[in-house]
Amino acid sequence: MPDTLRHYLFIAVPLLVVLAVLPSVYNNHLLLFNFVIFFILAQGVNIIYGFTGYLPFGYVGFFGAGAYGFALMVMHLNSPAPVAVLAGGLVAVVLGLILTPLLRLAGAYFSIANLAAALAVLHLIANPALESITKGPYGVALNGTFNPTWAYAGAVLILALTLGIVVYLKNSSFGLALQAVREDSFSASMSGVNVVKMRTIAWLASALVAGLAGGVFAWYVSVFYPDNVFSADFSIFAIVFALFGGVATICGPLIGVIILYGIYNLIGFTTPQYFQLIYGLLIMGLVLFLPAGLVSLATRRGWNVP
Amino acid sequence: MLYPLIAGVLFGLYFSLVGIGLNLVFGVMRIVNLAHGDFLMLGAFVAFGIYTAAGLDPLVGVPIAFALFCVAGLLLYWILVPRLQRARDPEMLSFILFFGFSQVIEALTTIVFGTSERSIPSRELANSLSGVRAAIFGGEATNGPFQIFGLSFPASWVVAATVSVIAIGCVYLYLYRTRLGTLTRAVMSRREEAIATGINVDRVSAAAFGIGLGLAAVAGVFAPFMFGSFTPAFGIDATVTSFVVVVLGSLGNPLGTALGGVVYGVSYMLVQTYLSSWADLLPYVLLIAILLLRPSGLLGRRVRVA
Repeated sequence: MPDTLRHYLFIAVPLLVVLAVLPSVYNNHLLLFNFVIFFILAQGVNIIYGFTGYLPFGYVGFFGAGAYGFALMVMHLNSPAPVAVLAGGLVAVVLGLILTPLLRLAGAYFSIANLAAALAVLHLIANPALESITKGPYGVALNGTFNPTWAYAGAVLILALTLGIVVYLKNSSFGLALQAVREDSFSASMSGVNVVKMRTIAWLASALVAGLAGGVFAWYVSVFYPDNVFSADFSIFAIVFALFGGVATICGPLIGVIILYGIYNLIGFTTPQYFQLIYGLLIMGLVLFLPAGLVSLATRRGWNVP
Repeated sequence: MLYPLIAGVLFGLYFSLVGIGLNLVFGVMRIVNLAHGDFLMLGAFVAFGIYTAAGLDPLVGVPIAFALFCVAGLLLYWILVPRLQRARDPEMLSFILFFGFSQVIEALTTIVFGTSERSIPSRELANSLSGVRAAIFGGEATNGPFQIFGLSFPASWVVAATVSVIAIGCVYLYLYRTRLGTLTRAVMSRREEAIATGINVDRVSAAAFGIGLGLAAVAGVFAPFMFGSFTPAFGIDATVTSFVVVVLGSLGNPLGTALGGVVYGVSYMLVQTYLSSWADLLPYVLLIAILLLRPSGLLGRRVRVA
């Protein structure tokens, strides 16, 4: 059996089936929805960081842009929700195209510029001067499209798309070329890899899934403020989840979300500062002792982790 | 027009003090200290403690905070950094490590001090120097506003700006007039060659790390006066501002950071005065524009392009 098929059959399909069935046996639908959103975002970070080495510290910019793309479509054009979600993805891709020049920056400079870009989009949308278009800092309320059941289904579909992209990257020559660029862009370009084009494609794919996730998030919650959908927590959680599990793998980010977001929901709500303490220590321990993520526990022993 | 210009310069000098520690740490170790703003916050707590517990002038906190955090920085360096630099991608992992560390600091401060906003009456700053001031400038021995070109500015702004200039001057002297400073600049410009010539990179880096944290804490002493109040959660905003200032100037050059701070302060005050609803957008747009148009900063060498 080829690896691609095995990855679909044993990782993607079981996860999607479980997520599709869970709402009928488990009551906390909001929690499930958030899990799906973080699966998508962590894999989105995996696409851009794991395969190209660019750490998107302002990843939430795409998410928020997607959410507002959705909101603007619904408010001004009265479009049906699924179309608006697609528009959210499109808005994020356009934002990604505008931000493509950032890929010229190396290492930490890219991360900082990306963070600044996300904050710039936030302050643009939250600007009281644009209240007639975006409702400014007062937030949007989209009662007409409110339908959590369908929004959840949409989120699972987007997760399927995201997993599809990651499985493709993991098993294709395209993904291999991307990793070659990450390791040594100069040698890769000497071997005939079109460095700029490949990075741009990965960047836009990662923007697309975050934008779609933002759109479906807006659909699900239907009432939100700029600060909610542009909260730096989304970027940081997604990055930490992905790294905790281990990037450039299919399972790593998924494991990271299940463990860390699970812990977050067990102790995070009652005593946030103790959770923050444990979380911070966990992150530090991870970087110092397991810099390649949980999956490196297995890869060190020579086991192949998809 | 004159008022925002002078206020901008005063604030800008202070902002360069805020950024300079970050500059030193990144320049020498290629480590992104995302916890920079949290050391600022801890410095503010030092000033607050000195004022409330001992009733002393918060200015006394400057040497105390510097000494305290210099030592803390040396200890932290040996605990965290050598281990981090053995990892595959230290620059990116430092982002995550220090994010975790900032979470730990924020959580511990919240657990100990609570989340309430604190402030110190601004006339208390440099109260003990009001006699000296009266002797130099004439007038009564009070700590009222300063007169510059017939416009009056809070005394705390002037004191903070003065201390910032002195501190930046000291960093300049350290880097250009002492042996350890010369070695530091050698490590900044060519790390590998510095190791090859037998420079003890760890010692140089530890010193830079200690000084960097010490300077952050010194900047923090003035934070209650410049920002009005502070909470344990204010670290992140301070970190982003520091990044803007550092990137505007250039790495490894204290004069660049001073220039970056002044440019930032003046443009912030001008936008605040004439286009106040767009003022929040400014630092981020400025940051992206500078990174893309002149990646090496206003006074820098070309180092940032991927």
